[in-house]
Amino acid sequence: MSKQEQQEVQQEGCRTSRPSPDARLVTGAEAVAEAMRQIDPDVMAVYPITPQTPIIEAFSQYVADGRVHTELLLMESEHSALSAVVGSALAGARTVTATASQGLAYMIEVLYIAAALRAPFVMAVGMRALSGPINIHADHSDVMLARDSGAVILIAETAEEAYDLTVIATRLAEDPAVMLPVLVGQDGFITTHAAEPVRLLDDALVRGFVGEYHVPYPLLDPGRPTTQGAFSMPDSYFPQKAQEEAATRQAGGRFLTLAGDYARVSGRELSAVETYRTEDAEVVLVAMGSVVGTMKDAVDRLRARGLRVGVLKLRMFRPFPEDALRKEISPGQLLLVFDRALSPGSWPPLFLEVAARIRGNSCRSLVFGLGGRDLSVEAVMTVVEGREDLPANAASHLGIAGGAL
Amino acid sequence: MSTHITEPVFPRSIRAMAEHEEAEPRFLGGHALCAGCGIPMVVRTVLNSIDGPVVVVNATGCLEVATTRYPETAWNVPWLHVAFENAAAVMSGIEAADRALRRRGGAYTVESPTFVVFGGDGGTYDIGLQSLSGALDRGHRFLYVCYDNQAYMNTGIQRSGATPMGSRTATTPVGQAHSGSPRGRKDLTAIVAAHQIPYAAQASAVDFADLSRKVRRAVQMGGSAFLNVLTPCPLGWGFTAREGIAVVREAVETGLWPLYEVIEGRYRLTYEPDPRQSVDRFLATQTRFRHLGPDEKAAIQDTVDRDWHRLMDRVEADRRFFDRDDILTDQSFRGRQVGGSPL
Ligand SMILES: Cc1ncc(C[n+]2csc(CCOP(=O)(O)OP(=O)(O)O)c2C)c(N)n1
Ligand code: SF4
Ligand SMILES: [Mg+2]
Repeated sequence: MSKQEQQEVQQEGCRTSRPSPDARLVTGAEAVAEAMRQIDPDVMAVYPITPQTPIIEAFSQYVADGRVHTELLLMESEHSALSAVVGSALAGARTVTATASQGLAYMIEVLYIAAALRAPFVMAVGMRALSGPINIHADHSDVMLARDSGAVILIAETAEEAYDLTVIATRLAEDPAVMLPVLVGQDGFITTHAAEPVRLLDDALVRGFVGEYHVPYPLLDPGRPTTQGAFSMPDSYFPQKAQEEAATRQAGGRFLTLAGDYARVSGRELSAVETYRTEDAEVVLVAMGSVVGTMKDAVDRLRARGLRVGVLKLRMFRPFPEDALRKEISPGQLLLVFDRALSPGSWPPLFLEVAARIRGNSCRSLVFGLGGRDLSVEAVMTVVEGREDLPANAASHLGIAGGAL
Repeated sequence: MSTHITEPVFPRSIRAMAEHEEAEPRFLGGHALCAGCGIPMVVRTVLNSIDGPVVVVNATGCLEVATTRYPETAWNVPWLHVAFENAAAVMSGIEAADRALRRRGGAYTVESPTFVVFGGDGGTYDIGLQSLSGALDRGHRFLYVCYDNQAYMNTGIQRSGATPMGSRTATTPVGQAHSGSPRGRKDLTAIVAAHQIPYAAQASAVDFADLSRKVRRAVQMGGSAFLNVLTPCPLGWGFTAREGIAVVREAVETGLWPLYEVIEGRYRLTYEPDPRQSVDRFLATQTRFRHLGPDEKAAIQDTVDRDWHRLMDRVEADRRFFDRDDILTDQSFRGRQVGGSPL
């Protein structure tokens, strides 16, 4: 949505775009399943976990109805699901998976190896709290486990973004300069299970956009036998990790290019960092995921009270879009960084990322919504209005007694 | 009972395997496996018994570490290692990829390759059992070869679920209060066979014709297949490099490692030691059993006898099945090989 459209929408007191005539009311999970149907991957390997289940159930129906040609592997665990994904992707087949929470935790060992093997695939994540205590609701602790895996991490605000990012992620994962797993996160239940208007593209458009799958040394090609996953001694391990890291970094620039290509077919711009009313803002709320919608409402209401506030949303967490972030932040702005995850004994993850990049700005850290706790528009407004009282030496835990505010 | 098992399967002779290796080397020398290690003989026999393209997945362990020290490799076939406990799951993905590409018309080969997994006993009996079970349950077309050297060797000889009773390992050392592994191995081959897969068998690094025939039967059955191959480890078992085959021969002759196969759920002995030797003969060949006293040896003999008789009961119950004239005409398949060792 252009800035001008945004203004119009604000004037109508509505933060989201009006559903266009071609939009369908679908959940985030359905939107991703639909994207995957259109992509029509060769192999999907999955294991059920809430709130990812509606994605794999919808896809199973596509398989049952013969609407895709995908080999659907119903694995006996997430560890094995990701292992099969790696085997399939390196064998020469376009491959996808989906998971959440404990499932992602269980996959982590393999995810690091997948990135090192440069196995390209898309993983949809219904972001959910980690046990314990066991909890099935929205939280970013699970994707934070993947933070240092080498995988690219994209995070959607809305169902439509989850759809768009899944399509872009397919190309990004397979880009010759990248060749990495790409995670596409959406908030559990809030986005996976709530229906929103989503402008789905034509099947042919998506198929054309993603094109053919290609890996340089497919294991199924016996004419070019390769040894993949060899044992590395100190002489070769570090250089290999350095190459892998360079690939993760390159994913930032490649995302920009591919998102540009996607904008041409979809008419939708998806930058790594998106701002809402930040131009003249004194206070900028920094966040990822569905809470950004709540924040936009809070910003509109605070602005009506004369407060110069804006929102900065990150759609990409790895590689961290530091140039884009720096470009959008002006000196003197107070940054309120909202994390839906903890790093016990230290600052929460998003705050650390932001604080490491800015000069000449003060930053405050807020932790909210763990295990699916709601953050209301009013609560965001209270934080902004009480910003002078936010401690500078510790994160504030919103809604927790003694946690400031 | 499927009809193809009525077709005979013959082992590939040592000479034919050597010629195959000459013409199309799949596993090359220059690796860092110990002198006297049984693994390369098993790998070569397996790969040289298979016609057409092969894709290999390897679990973490001695074989993987010692043959792929970057940037060198002993493998001349497509080869992938991902982790310790997931080799069967990784192969599930590769096999599914082949099916998907074939359906779409984008396959790389006219005929599907043979998919072979190599995993150690630790990667198969223990940490990889779940992924193996899942792959067998889904019925992927692949051959899983467990090279069973009866312990976690690559990490320095720790006890695994395959370690024989009484064996000294780094985690079941000889001490004042306890000595050696208190328990025997779990019956992995039976666990695998309980998945109702077309073919499961035990073989050894002593009778390579038997191993070759089992590989060829496994591949010919055309579904999930499993081979548990007793593979000597001089370092972990405590014998000199040249004694490996003789040591494994004692495991077979004492009945500690029975050679048998399970075809579509039916058990058949493929070699009957006659007479079955006292287990002492096996124990005496290796330093890992040197601390054992007479009582402990007797207890081990009891468990070997018990396991042998239980296996024989199964074999006996299925004998009628194999005596039918219309099936199983393999040369080595009919009748017992009694007396004189073919090994
Ligand atoms: C998840 C995990 N746990 C532990 C290890 C350490 N580890 C590597 S190889 C190995 C032993 C392998 O034993 P086995 O499968 O019997 O093969 P062998 O070394 O005897 O050939 C162990 C414990 C690992 N690599 N990964
Ligand atoms: S430790 Fe044993 S299994 Fe490992 S390479 Fe040496 S002999 Fe072979
Ligand atoms: Mg072992």
